[in-house]
Amino acid sequence: MLPAGRHGLLVELPGAEAAEAFHAEVLRRRAAGLLPGVTEIVPGARTVLLDGLARPRRLAAELAEWEIPPLRRGGGEAVEITVRYDGPDLADVAALWGVTREEVGRLHSATSFRVAFCGFAPGFGYLTGLPERYHVPRRSDPRTRVPAGSVGLAGPYTGVYPRSSPGGWQLIGTAVDAVLWDVEREPAALLAPGTPVRFVPEGGRADVPEGPSEDVPEDVREEGA
Amino acid sequence: MSGAGLRVVRAGVLTTVQDLGRPGHAHLGVPRSGALDEPAHRLANRLLGNAERAATLETTVDGCAVRLTRDAGDERDGGDDAEGAARRTGTGVGTRTGTRTGTGTEAVVTGAPCAVTVDGRPAPWGVPFRVPWGAVLEAGPAERGLRSYVAFAGGVDAEPVLGSRATDLLSGLGPEPLREGTRLRLGDPHGCDSGRDRDAVRKGNRRPEPYRRTDGTPERNGHRPPEHGRTAGLRPAPDAAPWAAPPRELLLPVVHGPRADWFTDGALRTLATGAYRVSADGNRIGLRLEGPVLERSRDGELPSEGIALGALQVPPEGRPVLFLADHPVTGGYPVIGVVPQEALAAAAQAVPGTPVRFMPVSG
Repeated sequence: MLPAGRHGLLVELPGAEAAEAFHAEVLRRRAAGLLPGVTEIVPGARTVLLDGLARPRRLAAELAEWEIPPLRRGGGEAVEITVRYDGPDLADVAALWGVTREEVGRLHSATSFRVAFCGFAPGFGYLTGLPERYHVPRRSDPRTRVPAGSVGLAGPYTGVYPRSSPGGWQLIGTAVDAVLWDVEREPAALLAPGTPVRFVPEGGRADVPEGPSEDVPEDVREEGA
Repeated sequence: MSGAGLRVVRAGVLTTVQDLGRPGHAHLGVPRSGALDEPAHRLANRLLGNAERAATLETTVDGCAVRLTRDAGDERDGGDDAEGAARRTGTGVGTRTGTRTGTGTEAVVTGAPCAVTVDGRPAPWGVPFRVPWGAVLEAGPAERGLRSYVAFAGGVDAEPVLGSRATDLLSGLGPEPLREGTRLRLGDPHGCDSGRDRDAVRKGNRRPEPYRRTDGTPERNGHRPPEHGRTAGLRPAPDAAPWAAPPRELLLPVVHGPRADWFTDGALRTLATGAYRVSADGNRIGLRLEGPVLERSRDGELPSEGIALGALQVPPEGRPVLFLADHPVTGGYPVIGVVPQEALAAAAQAVPGTPVRFMPVSG
């Protein structure tokens, strides 16, 4: 428990999974009216920031007593985002992963993701779920302009750029029709912390088992390239 | 919906629409935003009888000038034609009562003190005054501080985003910064969104609180007697609006943490004793500080974590940045301490070069 100003508390947890479980518990308690006054609940990679607390120290003391149920995977329906795997860094990512370009899309779309936290821009979610062997570094030379809808990888995360912006993530594809952020919509953000996400290759998902496989249908491989 | 509005004649360095921001959406990547000198913004609205959340114009350094229009889409300036003259002399049909009439609207300028004029004639700072339709209200360059707040009865009406009309320069939410020619509507001084009760308006109880007319003139069915249009009859005018001028030296309390342990003991002493200055490249996102480097006790970056308003973040080059309303909601550079929100208005009014000292306080 770390102080974050007079009304804030930054709760640090051992890892990403624990942070997600703690965040879920915070949301449950707020929904039950047990966190009066809290204005912001901001999850991070392995932290949750609580702000607007009247008595952060008292809450810090109480937190030690909290029983945090383990995170329930598979809860809630996944948001599906259709992707054309045509990103400019597809070849680089394929080389880093040691697979073909086609397999990058197949592996990525076979992964169950979850929004760990948001930041960078409204509606930008940091999605976890890729196994560690598929974690890639950021580009050494960030792009000054990444088009809206670009699907990128950086470290343990996958993300979809809600709007055109500078960015250093490795781009593997383009979200075809998903609108990540729309202020006319309720809710404006397609992705919120905790949301399960699946990427669906444009033209339909090949029914593939986990792990690399050679039998990708030709039509899927070539779709939208 | 009121048809009244304004057209920007001179936008100034940076003038934005601001209100109390959109707190509560940081988890979606949305900064809080809102008026940097929140007390000045709230005061402007209180002086006009607006709800404190009504939107005002926040100027930077050199003020702005706007022409008030009875119809937001009206191309005519209203200054030279017969209709404009009629409006100014009050011979037009008075369709509004209270703080807005057929002849004009009420406005006030707070925040950084500046010369205020209406069509070139002096108007008070910190005291509500009338602006006839067609006239140009100008807030001049800030004489002290940086940011003035120009407020109108009913507030500035822009399309709210997540419940706020504030311009967020980090993420581009809310209306664009003002440019010459920009048109903005004004809210209805009696509408729900001005914080008044619409039913009360219908019943003729148009000025429920806190300001009531003092001249005892009867009001009937929304028609105000002609003599009631005078400012003097509307309310007791305050002699001067309270405003704490920016001090010669900015003294900022700071609560250590959450990442004070990423710095050496020497760095914490430096923060408490060092002579810092407000740098020239501050903005609504943050105030950069020039001065001694704060030495880290460990290298690297943190995994992204939530950042509180007022956070004093230390990027790798070692000089702190004080995060203001449009700050990023998460980040990976360590935050050595957090400045309480009450102190941020003064920070936002501190001109470049202002000496800054940090005063560690307990949480």
